Amino acid sequence: MKKVVAAIIAFLFFVMFVSILNSDSKSLMGIPKFGEVNLAERVSSRYISKSVSEDAGEIIYGETNNAESGSANMVTSIVVNYRSFDTLGEVTVLFIATTGVAILIGGGKRQRLAISVNPILKISARIIVALLLVFGVYVFTHGHLTPGGGFPGGTIIAASTLLMLVVEDDKRVSKLLKFLEGSMGFLYVVIGIAGLIITGSFLQNFLPTGTIGNLFSAGIAPVVYSIIGLKVGAELSGLLDDFFAEEEEK
Amino acid sequence: MNVISFIIGIVLVISAIVAIEAKKLITSVVMLSLSSLLAVVSFVLLKAPDVAITEASVGAGFTTAIFLLTLKRLGRGKSE
Repeated sequence: MKKVVAAIIAFLFFVMFVSILNSDSKSLMGIPKFGEVNLAERVSSRYISKSVSEDAGEIIYGETNNAESGSANMVTSIVVNYRSFDTLGEVTVLFIATTGVAILIGGGKRQRLAISVNPILKISARIIVALLLVFGVYVFTHGHLTPGGGFPGGTIIAASTLLMLVVEDDKRVSKLLKFLEGSMGFLYVVIGIAGLIITGSFLQNFLPTGTIGNLFSAGIAPVVYSIIGLKVGAELSGLLDDFFAEEEEK
Repeated sequence: MNVISFIIGIVLVISAIVAIEAKKLITSVVMLSLSSLLAVVSFVLLKAPDVAITEASVGAGFTTAIFLLTLKRLGRGKSE
């Protein structure tokens, strides 16, 4: 089963590279031959020559339909729409860093802390952990409407994990988080490949953008930010759990 | 508004210098956290709320926790 999935992924990458390098086919959007590039079709040229002063129509919160990006928070429209490939790279860097920490110090039993924790503190910490989890999920699902997004939302979730690990002496992070982390990274690439198949560019928006200000608007932006939030939260929670593992005897 | 940003900037620079020059590592970590917190205020004053939220959660919160856990694991508070 693993070998079949690996073969499918390797084949998809092969198709992607061939489609990029294929200079003859028009349908696969390959790299054109030297000297035959039509600069007017290129992304940078399109956005440099795009007029912002002429009549672009008034944009009204809650009424404008089917805008180009459609997210009310313009930082999000850059981070997960126009520059989504950079964000994929950032997520990969974070994944490699947490994997390195897990290899170096993870794997031991749960470490006992030297402090004794008051039961009042334990119970109130549980309430705060629940509130923090809900707030973290709110921050990344509303990333395209309000300031915030996947990375701060995931860090807030990790902060709730830290509070739980400090207060409870025998708790460990669930093994399911590793599965969640991996599957979310996989889903991000799947969305990118779906964009490649439907529109012709990797990670391009292929959903309708809807009305500005609605929760279900801005195409794939809320989907991608939810994926990033869950992935970052799971990764950083696993990182903190590695720090609370016992050191091995030398 | 202007006076507040000047005060924040001066305290930010001082806390960064103390973070570099402190003899105890734990003082450095706390001063780094303080400088991140002041950077959050200045980001809000510069009207960049996205950067401010990320700096508050990652820079002031998570990085400090990771540094303190690493110091505890290394088992020494003084720099050599």
